[in-house]
Amino acid sequence: MDILNYAFMQRALLAAVLVGITAPAIGIYLVQRRQALMGDGIGHVAMTGVGLGFLLSWSPVWMATLVSVLGAVLMELIRWYGKTRGDIALAMLFYGGMAGGVMFINLAPGGSNANLTSYLFGSLSTVSESDVTAICLLAAFVVLVTVGLRRQLFAVSQDEEFARVTGLPVRALNLLTAVTAAVTVTVAMRVVGLLLVSALMVVPVAAAQQLTRSFAATFAIAVALGVGVTLGGTVTSYYQDVPPGATIVLLTIGAFIVLSLLATPLARRRARALAAAQPAGDPAECTIPATRGAADEVGV
Amino acid sequence: MSDESVISLRGVRAELGSRPVLRGIDLTVRRGQVVALLGANGSGKSTAVRTIIGQVPVTAGEIELFGTPRRRFRDWARVGYVPQRTTAAGGVPATVTEVVSSGRLSRARFGVLRRADHEAVRRALGEVGMADRAKDSVNALSGGQHQRVLIARALAAEPELLIMDEPMAGVDLASQEVLAETLRGQVAAGATVLLVLHELGPLEPLIDRAVVLRDGCVLHDGPPPEAVGQHALPGHDHVHPHAPAGAEPARTGLLS
Repeated sequence: MDILNYAFMQRALLAAVLVGITAPAIGIYLVQRRQALMGDGIGHVAMTGVGLGFLLSWSPVWMATLVSVLGAVLMELIRWYGKTRGDIALAMLFYGGMAGGVMFINLAPGGSNANLTSYLFGSLSTVSESDVTAICLLAAFVVLVTVGLRRQLFAVSQDEEFARVTGLPVRALNLLTAVTAAVTVTVAMRVVGLLLVSALMVVPVAAAQQLTRSFAATFAIAVALGVGVTLGGTVTSYYQDVPPGATIVLLTIGAFIVLSLLATPLARRRARALAAAQPAGDPAECTIPATRGAADEVGV
Repeated sequence: MSDESVISLRGVRAELGSRPVLRGIDLTVRRGQVVALLGANGSGKSTAVRTIIGQVPVTAGEIELFGTPRRRFRDWARVGYVPQRTTAAGGVPATVTEVVSSGRLSRARFGVLRRADHEAVRRALGEVGMADRAKDSVNALSGGQHQRVLIARALAAEPELLIMDEPMAGVDLASQEVLAETLRGQVAAGATVLLVLHELGPLEPLIDRAVVLRDGCVLHDGPPPEAVGQHALPGHDHVHPHAPAGAEPARTGLLS
Protein backbone atom coordinates (compact mmCIF):
# COMPACT_ATOMS: atom_id res chain seq x y z
CA MET A 1 0.00 0.00 0.00
CA ASP A 2 2.50 2.62 -1.15
CA ILE A 3 -0.49 4.83 -1.89
CA LEU A 4 -0.61 5.96 1.76
CA ASN A 5 3.05 7.02 1.81
CA TYR A 6 2.37 10.18 -0.12
CA ALA A 7 1.00 13.16 1.77
CA PHE A 8 -0.98 14.32 -1.28
CA MET A 9 -2.69 10.93 -1.52
CA GLN A 10 -3.52 10.97 2.21
CA ARG A 11 -5.19 14.33 1.72
CA ALA A 12 -6.94 13.11 -1.42
CA LEU A 13 -8.32 10.01 0.30
CA LEU A 14 -9.53 12.02 3.31
CA ALA A 15 -11.27 14.54 1.05
CA ALA A 16 -12.78 11.71 -1.00
CA VAL A 17 -14.24 9.96 2.07
CA LEU A 18 -15.73 13.20 3.36
CA VAL A 19 -17.38 13.84 0.01
CA GLY A 20 -18.63 10.25 -0.10
CA ILE A 21 -20.37 10.84 3.22
CA THR A 22 -21.73 14.35 2.76
CA ALA A 23 -22.98 14.33 -0.84
CA PRO A 24 -25.52 11.48 -0.44
CA ALA A 25 -26.40 12.66 3.08
CA ILE A 26 -27.83 15.96 1.84
CA GLY A 27 -28.70 14.57 -1.59
CA ILE A 28 -31.30 12.20 -0.11
CA TYR A 29 -33.40 15.16 1.07
CA LEU A 30 -33.13 16.83 -2.35
CA VAL A 31 -34.26 13.59 -4.03
CA GLN A 32 -37.08 13.25 -1.48
CA ARG A 33 -38.40 16.73 -2.28
CA ARG A 34 -37.92 16.04 -6.01
CA GLN A 35 -35.25 18.70 -6.47
CA ALA A 36 -32.59 16.25 -7.59
CA LEU A 37 -30.94 18.77 -9.91
CA MET A 38 -30.59 21.51 -7.30
CA GLY A 39 -26.99 20.37 -6.64
CA ASP A 40 -26.22 20.89 -10.31
CA GLY A 41 -27.65 24.41 -10.17
CA ILE A 42 -25.61 25.28 -7.10
CA GLY A 43 -22.52 23.89 -8.84
CA HIS A 44 -23.02 26.38 -11.67
CA VAL A 45 -23.43 29.26 -9.23
CA ALA A 46 -20.30 28.20 -7.34
CA MET A 47 -18.26 28.87 -10.51
CA THR A 48 -18.76 32.58 -9.96
CA GLY A 49 -17.29 32.10 -6.49
CA VAL A 50 -14.23 30.33 -7.86
CA GLY A 51 -13.74 33.11 -10.42
CA LEU A 52 -14.10 35.79 -7.75
CA GLY A 53 -11.62 33.93 -5.55
CA PHE A 54 -9.01 34.11 -8.31
CA LEU A 55 -9.80 37.75 -9.11
CA LEU A 56 -9.56 38.89 -5.48
CA SER A 57 -6.75 36.43 -4.62
CA TRP A 58 -8.85 34.83 -1.87
CA SER A 59 -9.24 31.13 -1.25
CA PRO A 60 -11.44 29.85 -4.11
CA VAL A 61 -12.94 27.19 -1.75
CA TRP A 62 -14.20 29.75 0.79
CA MET A 63 -15.27 32.20 -1.91
CA ALA A 64 -17.17 29.44 -3.72
CA THR A 65 -18.83 28.50 -0.40
CA LEU A 66 -19.93 32.08 0.14
CA VAL A 67 -21.29 32.58 -3.37
CA SER A 68 -23.02 29.19 -3.61
CA VAL A 69 -24.67 29.70 -0.20
CA LEU A 70 -25.97 33.06 -1.45
CA GLY A 71 -27.11 31.41 -4.69
CA ALA A 72 -28.88 28.60 -2.83
CA VAL A 73 -30.67 31.09 -0.56
CA LEU A 74 -31.69 33.07 -3.65
CA MET A 75 -33.11 29.88 -5.23
CA GLU A 76 -35.13 29.22 -2.09
CA LEU A 77 -36.44 32.80 -2.09
CA ILE A 78 -37.45 32.45 -5.75
CA ARG A 79 -39.35 29.30 -4.79
CA TRP A 80 -41.29 31.19 -2.06
CA TYR A 81 -42.09 34.40 -3.79
CA GLY A 82 -42.12 32.88 -7.30
CA LYS A 83 -43.32 35.94 -9.23
CA THR A 84 -41.46 34.85 -12.34
CA ARG A 85 -41.81 31.22 -13.24
CA GLY A 86 -39.53 29.32 -10.91
CA ASP A 87 -37.72 27.29 -13.54
CA ILE A 88 -36.96 30.34 -15.72
CA ALA A 89 -35.57 32.28 -12.75
CA LEU A 90 -33.46 29.28 -11.79
CA ALA A 91 -32.15 28.90 -15.34
CA MET A 92 -31.00 32.52 -15.27
CA LEU A 93 -29.26 31.92 -11.96
CA PHE A 94 -27.50 28.77 -13.27
CA TYR A 95 -26.17 30.27 -16.47
CA GLY A 96 -25.48 33.65 -14.89
CA GLY A 97 -23.35 31.78 -12.35
CA MET A 98 -21.42 29.94 -15.05
CA ALA A 99 -20.89 33.05 -17.18
CA GLY A 100 -19.80 35.00 -14.08
CA GLY A 101 -17.19 32.37 -13.31
CA VAL A 102 -15.71 32.46 -16.81
CA MET A 103 -15.73 36.28 -16.84
CA PHE A 104 -14.09 36.77 -13.43
CA ILE A 105 -11.38 34.20 -14.00
CA ASN A 106 -10.39 35.81 -17.29
CA LEU A 107 -10.31 39.24 -15.61
CA ALA A 108 -7.95 37.91 -12.95
CA PRO A 109 -4.27 38.63 -13.63
CA GLY A 110 -2.82 35.61 -15.48
CA GLY A 111 -6.13 33.78 -15.19
CA SER A 112 -7.63 31.68 -17.96
CA ASN A 113 -10.26 29.00 -18.35
CA ALA A 114 -7.47 26.48 -17.67
CA ASN A 115 -7.56 27.50 -13.98
CA LEU A 116 -11.25 26.75 -13.94
CA THR A 117 -10.86 23.21 -15.28
CA SER A 118 -9.59 21.78 -12.00
CA TYR A 119 -12.73 23.09 -10.28
CA LEU A 120 -15.08 21.96 -13.04
CA PHE A 121 -13.86 18.38 -13.13
CA GLY A 122 -12.02 18.06 -9.82
CA SER A 123 -8.33 17.83 -9.11
CA LEU A 124 -7.80 15.58 -6.15
CA SER A 125 -4.01 15.45 -6.29
CA THR A 126 -3.74 19.22 -5.88
CA VAL A 127 -5.82 19.35 -2.68
CA SER A 128 -3.74 21.46 -0.30
CA GLU A 129 -3.36 21.43 3.47
CA SER A 130 -5.69 24.44 3.82
CA ASP A 131 -8.21 22.88 1.43
CA VAL A 132 -8.35 19.83 3.70
CA THR A 133 -9.00 22.01 6.74
CA ALA A 134 -11.82 23.79 4.94
CA ILE A 135 -13.28 20.51 3.67
CA CYS A 136 -13.19 18.96 7.19
CA LEU A 137 -14.97 21.93 8.76
CA LEU A 138 -17.62 22.11 6.06
CA ALA A 139 -18.19 18.33 6.12
CA ALA A 140 -18.69 18.42 9.90
CA PHE A 141 -21.41 21.03 9.41
CA VAL A 142 -23.16 18.95 6.75
CA VAL A 143 -23.13 15.78 8.89
CA LEU A 144 -24.39 17.67 11.92
CA VAL A 145 -27.35 19.06 9.97
CA THR A 146 -28.31 15.98 7.96
CA VAL A 147 -28.10 13.55 10.88
CA GLY A 148 -29.05 15.82 13.79
CA LEU A 149 -32.15 17.23 12.11
CA ARG A 150 -33.09 14.11 10.15
CA ARG A 151 -36.65 13.88 11.50
CA GLN A 152 -37.40 17.53 10.81
CA LEU A 153 -35.80 17.46 7.36
CA PHE A 154 -37.63 14.21 6.56
CA ALA A 155 -40.99 15.73 7.51
CA VAL A 156 -40.43 18.92 5.52
CA SER A 157 -39.12 17.09 2.46
CA GLN A 158 -41.93 14.52 2.57
CA ASP A 159 -44.86 16.94 2.88
CA GLU A 160 -44.11 20.63 3.31
CA GLU A 161 -47.73 21.64 3.89
CA PHE A 162 -48.24 19.08 6.64
CA ALA A 163 -44.90 19.99 8.24
CA ARG A 164 -46.08 23.59 8.55
CA VAL A 165 -49.20 22.47 10.43
CA THR A 166 -47.06 20.50 12.90
CA GLY A 167 -45.48 23.85 13.78
CA LEU A 168 -42.05 23.08 12.30
CA PRO A 169 -40.11 26.18 11.15
CA VAL A 170 -40.48 25.14 7.50
CA ARG A 171 -38.87 28.21 5.96
CA ALA A 172 -35.84 28.00 8.21
CA LEU A 173 -35.48 24.28 7.48
CA ASN A 174 -35.78 24.87 3.73
CA LEU A 175 -33.10 27.54 3.91
CA LEU A 176 -30.92 25.25 5.98
CA THR A 177 -31.31 22.49 3.38
CA ALA A 178 -30.34 24.91 0.61
CA VAL A 179 -27.31 26.20 2.55
CA THR A 180 -26.21 22.67 3.44
CA ALA A 181 -26.49 21.61 -0.20
CA ALA A 182 -24.38 24.62 -1.19
CA VAL A 183 -21.75 23.75 1.41
CA THR A 184 -21.68 20.17 0.16
CA VAL A 185 -21.12 21.35 -3.40
CA THR A 186 -18.02 23.25 -2.35
CA VAL A 187 -16.81 20.29 -0.28
CA ALA A 188 -17.10 18.07 -3.35
CA MET A 189 -15.73 20.66 -5.77
CA ARG A 190 -12.08 19.63 -5.48
CA VAL A 191 -12.88 15.91 -5.59
CA VAL A 192 -15.40 15.36 -8.38
CA GLY A 193 -15.70 18.90 -9.74
CA LEU A 194 -18.61 21.30 -9.93
CA LEU A 195 -20.10 19.72 -13.04
CA LEU A 196 -20.18 16.23 -11.54
CA VAL A 197 -21.14 17.09 -7.94
CA SER A 198 -24.83 16.46 -8.48
CA ALA A 199 -24.15 12.87 -9.57
CA LEU A 200 -22.73 12.00 -6.14
CA MET A 201 -25.72 13.64 -4.44
CA VAL A 202 -28.33 11.81 -6.47
CA VAL A 203 -27.04 8.53 -7.91
CA PRO A 204 -26.04 6.78 -4.62
CA VAL A 205 -29.53 7.59 -3.30
CA ALA A 206 -31.18 6.27 -6.45
CA ALA A 207 -29.03 3.12 -6.27
CA ALA A 208 -29.81 2.53 -2.58
CA GLN A 209 -33.55 2.92 -3.28
CA GLN A 210 -33.43 -0.18 -5.45
CA LEU A 211 -32.94 -2.30 -2.34
CA THR A 212 -34.71 -0.47 0.46
CA ARG A 213 -38.15 0.10 1.90
CA SER A 214 -37.28 2.63 4.61
CA PHE A 215 -35.75 6.09 4.61
CA ALA A 216 -33.26 5.16 7.33
CA ALA A 217 -31.91 2.21 5.32
CA THR A 218 -31.77 4.29 2.13
CA PHE A 219 -29.74 6.92 3.99
CA ALA A 220 -27.28 4.37 5.41
CA ILE A 221 -26.77 2.46 2.14
CA ALA A 222 -26.44 5.66 0.09
CA VAL A 223 -23.70 6.98 2.41
CA ALA A 224 -21.93 3.60 2.41
CA LEU A 225 -22.08 3.53 -1.39
CA GLY A 226 -20.83 7.11 -1.53
CA VAL A 227 -17.78 6.26 0.59
CA GLY A 228 -17.19 3.07 -1.42
CA VAL A 229 -17.17 4.75 -4.81
CA THR A 230 -15.16 7.81 -3.77
CA LEU A 231 -12.47 5.61 -2.18
CA GLY A 232 -12.56 3.14 -5.07
CA GLY A 233 -12.41 5.92 -7.64
CA THR A 234 -9.49 7.67 -5.92
CA VAL A 235 -7.44 4.49 -5.61
CA THR A 236 -8.20 3.51 -9.21
CA SER A 237 -7.18 6.93 -10.47
CA TYR A 238 -3.86 6.61 -8.59
CA TYR A 239 -2.95 3.25 -10.12
CA GLN A 240 -4.46 3.64 -13.58
CA ASP A 241 -3.77 7.36 -14.12
CA VAL A 242 -7.38 8.23 -14.97
CA PRO A 243 -9.22 11.36 -13.74
CA PRO A 244 -10.69 10.68 -10.26
CA GLY A 245 -13.91 12.70 -10.68
CA ALA A 246 -14.99 10.86 -13.81
CA THR A 247 -13.93 7.50 -12.34
CA ILE A 248 -16.00 8.10 -9.19
CA VAL A 249 -19.10 9.10 -11.14
CA LEU A 250 -18.83 6.16 -13.55
CA LEU A 251 -18.37 3.77 -10.60
CA THR A 252 -21.50 5.24 -8.96
CA ILE A 253 -23.55 4.71 -12.09
CA GLY A 254 -22.12 1.18 -12.35
CA ALA A 255 -23.26 0.52 -8.77
CA PHE A 256 -26.72 1.80 -9.67
CA ILE A 257 -26.97 -0.60 -12.62
CA VAL A 258 -25.73 -3.60 -10.60
CA LEU A 259 -28.14 -2.87 -7.72
CA SER A 260 -31.06 -2.39 -10.13
CA LEU A 261 -30.36 -5.82 -11.61
CA LEU A 262 -30.06 -7.37 -8.14
CA ALA A 263 -33.26 -5.68 -7.02
CA THR A 264 -35.55 -7.28 -9.59
CA PRO A 265 -35.65 -10.78 -8.02
CA LEU A 266 -35.77 -9.17 -4.56
CA ALA A 267 -38.83 -7.10 -5.46
CA ARG A 268 -40.49 -10.17 -6.95
CA ARG A 269 -39.93 -12.15 -3.76
CA ARG A 270 -41.30 -9.30 -1.65
CA ALA A 271 -44.40 -9.06 -3.82
CA ARG A 272 -44.97 -12.80 -3.41
CA ALA A 273 -44.55 -12.57 0.37
CA LEU A 274 -46.99 -9.67 0.45
CA ALA A 275 -49.53 -11.55 -1.68
CA ALA A 276 -49.24 -14.54 0.67
CA ALA A 277 -49.83 -12.30 3.70
CA GLN A 278 -52.99 -10.76 2.24
CA PRO A 279 -56.30 -12.47 2.95
CA ALA A 280 -57.57 -14.07 -0.25
CA GLY A 281 -60.74 -12.88 -1.95
CA ASP A 282 -60.49 -9.30 -0.73
CA PRO A 283 -60.03 -7.25 -3.88
CA ALA A 284 -60.24 -3.95 -1.99
CA GLU A 285 -56.95 -4.74 -0.33
CA CYS A 286 -54.84 -5.41 -3.41
CA THR A 287 -51.77 -3.25 -3.80
CA ILE A 288 -50.73 -1.02 -6.63
CA PRO A 289 -47.76 -2.62 -8.36
CA ALA A 290 -44.58 -0.56 -8.30
CA THR A 291 -44.66 -0.21 -12.08
CA ARG A 292 -48.02 0.53 -13.62
CA GLY A 293 -48.66 -0.02 -17.26
CA ALA A 294 -49.97 2.70 -19.53
CA ALA A 295 -53.31 0.92 -19.62
CA ASP A 296 -53.74 1.55 -15.88
CA GLU A 297 -53.97 5.32 -16.36
CA VAL A 298 -57.08 7.17 -17.36
CA GLY A 299 -56.94 10.64 -18.82
CA VAL A 300 -59.15 13.27 -17.21
CA MET B 1 -70.83 19.63 23.68
CA SER B 2 -69.72 22.93 25.17
CA ASP B 3 -70.02 26.42 23.74
CA GLU B 4 -66.27 26.89 23.44
CA SER B 5 -65.45 27.69 19.83
CA VAL B 6 -62.52 25.70 18.46
CA ILE B 7 -62.53 27.28 15.01
CA SER B 8 -63.95 30.70 14.32
CA LEU B 9 -63.95 32.52 10.97
CA ARG B 10 -65.46 36.00 10.71
CA GLY B 11 -65.81 37.73 7.36
CA VAL B 12 -62.86 35.83 5.90
CA ARG B 13 -61.84 36.78 2.38
CA ALA B 14 -59.06 35.17 0.40
CA GLU B 15 -57.68 35.38 -3.11
CA LEU B 16 -55.75 32.95 -5.24
CA GLY B 17 -53.75 34.79 -7.87
CA SER B 18 -55.91 37.98 -7.51
CA ARG B 19 -59.11 35.94 -8.10
CA PRO B 20 -61.42 36.16 -5.07
CA VAL B 21 -62.08 32.63 -3.80
CA LEU B 22 -63.63 33.41 -0.42
CA ARG B 23 -65.94 36.43 -0.22
CA GLY B 24 -66.64 36.86 3.48
CA ILE B 25 -67.08 33.51 5.20
CA ASP B 26 -68.45 33.14 8.72
CA LEU B 27 -67.98 29.73 10.30
CA THR B 28 -67.84 28.60 13.91
CA VAL B 29 -67.03 25.06 14.98
CA ARG B 30 -67.64 24.35 18.65
CA ARG B 31 -65.92 21.75 20.79
CA GLY B 32 -67.12 18.24 20.05
CA GLN B 33 -68.89 19.13 16.80
CA VAL B 34 -68.40 17.28 13.53
CA VAL B 35 -68.85 19.77 10.71
CA ALA B 36 -68.78 18.89 7.02
CA LEU B 37 -67.81 21.55 4.51
CA LEU B 38 -69.58 20.78 1.25
CA GLY B 39 -69.76 22.41 -2.16
CA ALA B 40 -68.94 21.96 -5.82
CA ASN B 41 -65.41 22.09 -7.22
CA GLY B 42 -64.19 25.68 -7.04
CA SER B 43 -66.69 26.70 -4.35
CA GLY B 44 -63.81 27.53 -2.00
CA LYS B 45 -64.13 24.71 0.52
CA SER B 46 -60.50 23.61 0.28
CA THR B 47 -59.33 27.23 0.35
CA ALA B 48 -61.41 27.84 3.48
CA VAL B 49 -59.67 24.97 5.23
CA ARG B 50 -56.29 26.13 4.01
CA THR B 51 -56.82 29.62 5.40
CA ILE B 52 -57.54 28.08 8.81
CA ILE B 53 -54.18 26.30 8.90
CA GLY B 54 -52.37 29.30 7.43
CA GLN B 55 -51.57 27.89 3.99
CA VAL B 56 -53.54 30.58 2.15
CA PRO B 57 -53.17 34.23 3.27
CA VAL B 58 -56.34 36.01 4.30
CA THR B 59 -57.05 39.41 2.70
CA ALA B 60 -59.74 40.39 5.21
CA GLY B 61 -61.51 38.99 8.24
CA GLU B 62 -60.42 37.16 11.36
CA ILE B 63 -59.59 33.54 12.13
CA GLU B 64 -59.27 32.12 15.62
CA LEU B 65 -58.13 28.66 16.69
CA PHE B 66 -59.00 27.67 20.27
CA GLY B 67 -59.79 31.31 20.97
CA THR B 68 -56.36 32.54 19.84
CA PRO B 69 -55.94 34.66 16.69
CA ARG B 70 -54.38 32.33 14.11
CA ARG B 71 -51.33 34.57 13.65
CA ARG B 72 -50.42 34.08 17.30
CA PHE B 73 -51.50 30.42 17.50
CA ARG B 74 -48.49 28.17 18.19
CA ASP B 75 -50.04 25.14 19.85
CA TRP B 76 -50.10 23.06 16.66
CA ALA B 77 -50.01 19.74 18.53
CA ARG B 78 -53.72 20.33 19.26
CA VAL B 79 -54.49 20.29 15.53
CA GLY B 80 -54.36 17.17 13.34
CA TYR B 81 -54.35 17.96 9.64
CA VAL B 82 -55.03 15.59 6.77
CA PRO B 83 -54.14 17.33 3.50
CA GLN B 84 -55.80 16.48 0.20
CA ARG B 85 -53.40 13.93 -1.26
CA THR B 86 -53.59 10.81 -3.30
CA THR B 87 -50.26 9.56 -2.01
CA ALA B 88 -48.22 9.61 1.17
CA ALA B 89 -45.02 8.82 -0.75
CA GLY B 90 -42.11 11.17 -1.46
CA GLY B 91 -39.12 10.81 -3.78
CA VAL B 92 -37.34 8.35 -1.46
CA PRO B 93 -38.78 5.12 0.00
CA ALA B 94 -40.17 5.50 3.52
CA THR B 95 -41.98 3.05 5.78
CA VAL B 96 -45.48 3.61 7.09
CA THR B 97 -44.01 4.15 10.57
CA GLU B 98 -41.53 6.75 9.32
CA VAL B 99 -44.28 8.77 7.65
CA VAL B 100 -46.64 8.54 10.63
CA SER B 101 -43.83 9.47 13.05
CA SER B 102 -43.46 12.88 11.42
CA GLY B 103 -46.96 13.64 12.72
CA ARG B 104 -45.62 13.29 16.24
CA LEU B 105 -42.95 15.99 15.81
CA SER B 106 -45.35 18.66 17.10
CA ARG B 107 -45.16 16.97 20.50
CA ALA B 108 -41.49 16.00 20.41
CA ARG B 109 -38.93 18.49 21.64
CA PHE B 110 -35.99 18.99 19.24
CA GLY B 111 -37.33 16.20 17.05
CA VAL B 112 -36.33 13.49 19.54
CA LEU B 113 -39.00 10.78 19.79
CA ARG B 114 -39.20 9.09 23.19
CA ARG B 115 -40.87 5.84 24.14
CA ALA B 116 -44.26 7.54 24.70
CA ASP B 117 -44.01 9.05 21.21
CA HIS B 118 -43.33 5.68 19.60
CA GLU B 119 -46.30 4.31 21.55
CA ALA B 120 -48.53 7.08 20.20
CA VAL B 121 -47.39 6.32 16.64
CA ARG B 122 -48.21 2.62 17.15
CA ARG B 123 -51.63 3.51 18.58
CA ALA B 124 -52.40 5.79 15.64
CA LEU B 125 -51.49 2.98 13.23
CA GLY B 126 -53.73 0.61 15.13
CA GLU B 127 -56.64 3.03 14.98
CA VAL B 128 -56.61 3.07 11.17
CA GLY B 129 -55.99 -0.69 10.98
CA MET B 130 -52.49 -0.39 9.54
CA ALA B 131 -50.49 -1.85 12.43
CA ASP B 132 -49.56 -4.92 10.38
CA ARG B 133 -48.15 -2.72 7.59
CA ALA B 134 -45.98 -0.59 9.91
CA LYS B 135 -42.68 -1.70 8.36
CA ASP B 136 -43.85 -1.71 4.74
CA SER B 137 -42.90 0.98 2.27
CA VAL B 138 -45.70 3.47 1.61
CA ASN B 139 -45.00 2.94 -2.10
CA ALA B 140 -46.53 -0.53 -1.79
CA LEU B 141 -49.92 0.74 -0.53
CA SER B 142 -53.26 1.22 -2.23
CA GLY B 143 -55.01 4.58 -2.50
CA GLY B 144 -57.21 3.84 0.51
CA GLN B 145 -54.23 2.71 2.56
CA HIS B 146 -52.34 5.90 1.67
CA GLN B 147 -55.26 7.88 3.07
CA ARG B 148 -55.26 5.76 6.23
CA VAL B 149 -51.54 6.50 6.67
CA LEU B 150 -52.17 10.24 6.25
CA ILE B 151 -54.91 10.08 8.89
CA ALA B 152 -52.71 8.08 11.26
CA ARG B 153 -50.04 10.77 10.80
CA ALA B 154 -52.56 13.40 11.93
CA LEU B 155 -53.69 11.23 14.87
CA ALA B 156 -50.11 10.59 16.05
CA ALA B 157 -50.04 13.94 17.85
CA GLU B 158 -53.28 13.04 19.69
CA PRO B 159 -54.99 16.24 18.52
CA GLU B 160 -58.19 17.78 19.90
CA LEU B 161 -59.17 19.13 16.49
CA LEU B 162 -59.04 17.16 13.26
CA ILE B 163 -59.10 19.04 9.97
CA MET B 164 -59.43 16.80 6.92
CA ASP B 165 -59.45 17.85 3.28
CA GLU B 166 -61.43 15.29 1.26
CA PRO B 167 -60.32 12.24 3.25
CA MET B 168 -62.57 9.98 1.18
CA ALA B 169 -61.28 10.99 -2.28
CA GLY B 170 -60.06 7.94 -4.16
CA VAL B 171 -60.65 5.60 -1.22
CA ASP B 172 -62.04 2.10 -1.74
CA LEU B 173 -65.13 0.99 0.17
CA ALA B 174 -63.25 -1.15 2.69
CA SER B 175 -60.99 1.77 3.62
CA GLN B 176 -63.97 4.15 3.73
CA GLU B 177 -65.54 1.99 6.40
CA VAL B 178 -62.27 1.84 8.38
CA LEU B 179 -62.03 5.63 8.15
CA ALA B 180 -65.62 6.10 9.30
CA GLU B 181 -64.92 3.77 12.22
CA THR B 182 -61.72 5.68 13.11
CA LEU B 183 -63.58 8.97 13.02
CA ARG B 184 -66.37 7.56 15.18
CA GLY B 185 -63.78 6.59 17.81
CA GLN B 186 -62.22 10.07 17.70
CA VAL B 187 -65.61 11.77 18.07
CA ALA B 188 -66.55 9.47 20.95
CA ALA B 189 -63.29 10.47 22.65
CA GLY B 190 -64.30 14.12 22.35
CA ALA B 191 -62.47 15.28 19.23
CA THR B 192 -63.75 18.20 17.18
CA VAL B 193 -63.77 17.57 13.43
CA LEU B 194 -63.96 19.80 10.38
CA LEU B 195 -63.87 17.92 7.11
CA VAL B 196 -64.15 18.89 3.49
CA LEU B 197 -66.31 16.37 1.65
CA HIS B 198 -67.65 15.95 -1.80
CA GLU B 199 -70.56 13.94 -0.53
CA LEU B 200 -71.54 12.69 2.90
CA GLY B 201 -71.26 8.96 2.07
CA PRO B 202 -70.55 6.55 4.93
CA LEU B 203 -69.72 9.47 7.26
CA GLU B 204 -73.28 10.81 7.16
CA PRO B 205 -74.43 9.44 10.56
CA LEU B 206 -71.46 11.14 12.27
CA ILE B 207 -72.04 14.62 10.94
CA ASP B 208 -73.77 17.18 13.18
CA ARG B 209 -73.72 20.09 10.80
CA ALA B 210 -73.13 20.75 7.14
CA VAL B 211 -71.86 24.03 5.76
CA VAL B 212 -72.37 24.35 2.03
CA LEU B 213 -70.28 26.84 0.07
CA ARG B 214 -70.98 28.25 -3.37
CA ASP B 215 -68.72 30.78 -5.11
CA GLY B 216 -66.91 31.57 -1.88
CA CYS B 217 -70.06 32.30 0.17
CA VAL B 218 -71.88 30.23 2.79
CA LEU B 219 -75.06 28.95 1.15
CA HIS B 220 -76.33 26.70 3.92
CA ASP B 221 -75.34 26.15 7.55
CA GLY B 222 -77.37 23.62 9.47
CA PRO B 223 -78.29 19.97 9.57
CA PRO B 224 -76.78 17.89 6.75
CA PRO B 225 -78.93 17.92 3.60
CA GLU B 226 -80.85 14.75 2.81
CA ALA B 227 -79.51 12.82 -0.14
CA VAL B 228 -82.03 12.58 -2.94
CA GLY B 229 -82.52 10.57 -6.11
CA GLN B 230 -79.67 8.44 -7.34
CA HIS B 231 -77.33 10.02 -4.78
CA ALA B 232 -79.31 8.36 -2.00
CA LEU B 233 -78.75 4.86 -3.28
CA PRO B 234 -76.43 2.78 -1.08
CA GLY B 235 -73.08 2.18 -2.69
CA HIS B 236 -73.53 5.13 -5.03
CA ASP B 237 -70.10 6.32 -6.03
CA HIS B 238 -68.96 9.51 -7.69
CA VAL B 239 -65.99 9.65 -9.99
CA HIS B 240 -64.90 13.25 -10.44
CA PRO B 241 -61.93 14.68 -12.25
CA HIS B 242 -60.38 16.47 -9.24
CA ALA B 243 -56.84 16.66 -10.47
CA PRO B 244 -55.68 20.03 -11.83
CA ALA B 245 -54.33 20.07 -15.37
CA GLY B 246 -50.86 18.61 -15.56
CA ALA B 247 -51.28 16.47 -12.47
CA GLU B 248 -50.97 12.71 -12.52
CA PRO B 249 -53.85 11.07 -14.34
CA ALA B 250 -56.54 9.68 -12.07
CA ARG B 251 -56.33 5.99 -11.41
CA THR B 252 -59.24 3.73 -12.02
CA GLY B 253 -60.99 2.40 -8.97
CA LEU B 254 -60.04 -1.09 -10.14
CA LEU B 255 -56.54 -0.80 -8.75
CA SER B 256 -57.04 1.18 -5.59
